[in-house]
Amino acid sequence: MLENLKEKLTKSQVFRSIFRHGFPDNDMNRAYVVFSNVFLHVHPVKVRRSALRMRYTFCLGGITLFLFIMLSVTGIWLMFYYTPYTGLAYNNIQDLQFVIFGGNLMRDLHRFAAHGMVLFVWLHMTRVFLTGAYKAPREFNWVVGVLLLVMTLILSWTGYLLPWDQLAYWAVTVGTKMASYTPFIGQNGPWGAQLGFLPTNDIMFMLIGGTVVGQNALIRFYVLHCVVLPLFVTIALAVHFWRIRKDGFSGPL
Amino acid sequence: MENKVTREIFPRDARKSYGLVELMKGSNPIVKKEPEDTVYTWPNLIMIELICALLVTAGLIILVQFVHAPLRSLADPSTTPNPMRAPWYFLGLQELLVYFDPWYAGVVLPGMIIVGLMTFPYVDTNPKGVGYYTFSERKFAIFNYSFGFALWWVTIVIGTYLRGLDWQWYWPWSDHLVHMNPALVTLVPLHIVFVNLLHVSKDVGKALCDLLFFAYFAVGMAIPYFLMRKFYDAMGGARYVVFMIFFLSMMGVGLKIVLRLLFNIKYIVVTPWINV
Ligand code: HEM
Repeated sequence: MLENLKEKLTKSQVFRSIFRHGFPDNDMNRAYVVFSNVFLHVHPVKVRRSALRMRYTFCLGGITLFLFIMLSVTGIWLMFYYTPYTGLAYNNIQDLQFVIFGGNLMRDLHRFAAHGMVLFVWLHMTRVFLTGAYKAPREFNWVVGVLLLVMTLILSWTGYLLPWDQLAYWAVTVGTKMASYTPFIGQNGPWGAQLGFLPTNDIMFMLIGGTVVGQNALIRFYVLHCVVLPLFVTIALAVHFWRIRKDGFSGPL
Repeated sequence: MENKVTREIFPRDARKSYGLVELMKGSNPIVKKEPEDTVYTWPNLIMIELICALLVTAGLIILVQFVHAPLRSLADPSTTPNPMRAPWYFLGLQELLVYFDPWYAGVVLPGMIIVGLMTFPYVDTNPKGVGYYTFSERKFAIFNYSFGFALWWVTIVIGTYLRGLDWQWYWPWSDHLVHMNPALVTLVPLHIVFVNLLHVSKDVGKALCDLLFFAYFAVGMAIPYFLMRKFYDAMGGARYVVFMIFFLSMMGVGLKIVLRLLFNIKYIVVTPWINV
C-alpha cells in the first residue's frame, strides 16, 4: 500500500516538475539528487569513504555555515520587532525579553550563535592552517576566508550596538574612537590634524555620521548589520564554496 | 591510482601509453578513483551534515537555558562604565592599547594582522603538509601561527579576567571595587632609561633608541639572509622581505609587552609625530 502510494507520488507530474527524478534510493537518483538540486549541488556526487570520517575537517566550516544560516533566520525574526531609533531600540529589546512570545529564546539564540560563529570561524581557519590547505592551488580561497573572518567580526560588532544599552553604547563609542586615530585621515592620528582633518570631517565622522555615537551611527550600524554585511558574506561564501570545488578539496574528500 | 606499490608491481615502459580498466559490479563508471573507495554523497554525507546541524541546534538551545544575552541599562552618554570592556573577540586589541598608542594598536596593527594573514599562502613555500596534520614537516609555520594566536588569546584572557577599574591589573583575589593607585608605576620612555644609566644627554639617548629600533629590523632581516641561506633561497627576495616585515613586527609586539610589563618602558622610539 505504502509502496504503491510512494510510487504514485514520485511519478506524478507535480513531483517530477519539482525534482526531475525519483526518490534517491538507487544510484542513478542519488547522483541526480545532488547535481540537479541547487542547494545540494555544492557537493560532489560522490565522496571518498574516508571523507566520512570526521577527523579531518571536524565539520568546522560546515558548522560555521550552519551558524550563519541560523543567525540569518533568528536575525530576520528579530527584525520584525526592532526599530533602529534611539528612542525605541532599547524598549524593543525589553519587549523581546519580557513581553513577546519566544523573544528571549530568539535573542539568546541570535547572540550565542554569533559568539559561536566567531569561535568556529577561527577554529575552521586553524584547521585549514594545520592541514596546509591554504597552499597552492588554494591560496586565493584562504584570502577569501580572511575576508570572511573580518566580515564575521564586523558583523558581530555592528550587532553589538543595536540593543542601545550601556554595554552597546560604550563598546561602540570606544571602538569607533579608534578610527579617529587612523594615520593621515583621522583627526587624532599622526599627520591627521596637519592634513586638515577635524572632528567634523575625518574618517570617524564618516563612520558614525556625527561626532558622537547617536541616531546616525545607529542607523548606519543597523543597515550594515542587517543588509550590507550579510549580503557581502553571502557573496563571499558563494565564491568560497565555488573555489573549494574548482581548486579541489585538500583532504580525503 | 598510481602510487609506489603499483609502480613496483607494474613498472611502466616509457615508450608505451597505458590505460588500466577494471570491470566491477556496480551501476556507473568511475574515473581515477579506486573502485570501492567512494560512496554517494546522498545519503552518506548529507546525513552527517544534517546530524551536525541538529547537534549544533540542540547544543545552542540547551546553552541558552543557562546563559542569557545581557541587557544593561539604557545607553547614557553621560556615565561611562568603568572598566569599559570591548566584546571578547576585540579584547586582545583593547589590551594592546596598554602597550601601544591608539594609532598603532587600534588601526595599524589590526590592518597588519589582516594583511599578514592573507600573505600566508604566498610566503609559505614549503610544499609539504598539504591534506594531513603534521607538526614535524612544518615546524616554523606552525610556530608562527601559534605564537600569533597565543598573543591573541592570552591578551583576551588578560582583558577578561585580569583587568579592572581604569584598566589596571587586578588579580582575581584583589578587591575589584578599589581603584589601584596609578602613581605606583611610573612609565618612562626608553631614552630616559639610557639618560639615567649611561649619563648621556637626552638627544644622545634618543639617538640610541632610534638606532636600537633600526637595528632590530636590520639585524632581524640580515640574520637569516646571511646565516640561514637555505631559508632565504627557498623564498626569494620579495617573499622574504614581506614575510620578515610581518614576522619582526609580530615578535616586536611580544617584545614590547615584555619591556612594558617588566621594565615599565612606555616608548622605544619617540619622535615629534609618532611614538612606538
Ligand atoms: C563565514 C566563514 C566561513 C565559512 C562558512 C566557511 C566554510 C567552509 C566550508 C564548509 C569548507 C569545506 C571544508 C570544511 O568544512 O572545512 C571550507 C573550506 C575552506 N575554507 Fe572556509 N569558511 C569560512 C571562513 C574561512 C576562513 C576564515 C578561512 C581562512 C582564513 C577559510 C579558508 C578555507 C579554505 C582554504 C578551505 C579549503 C579547505 C581544503 O581544501 O581543505 N575559510 N570553508
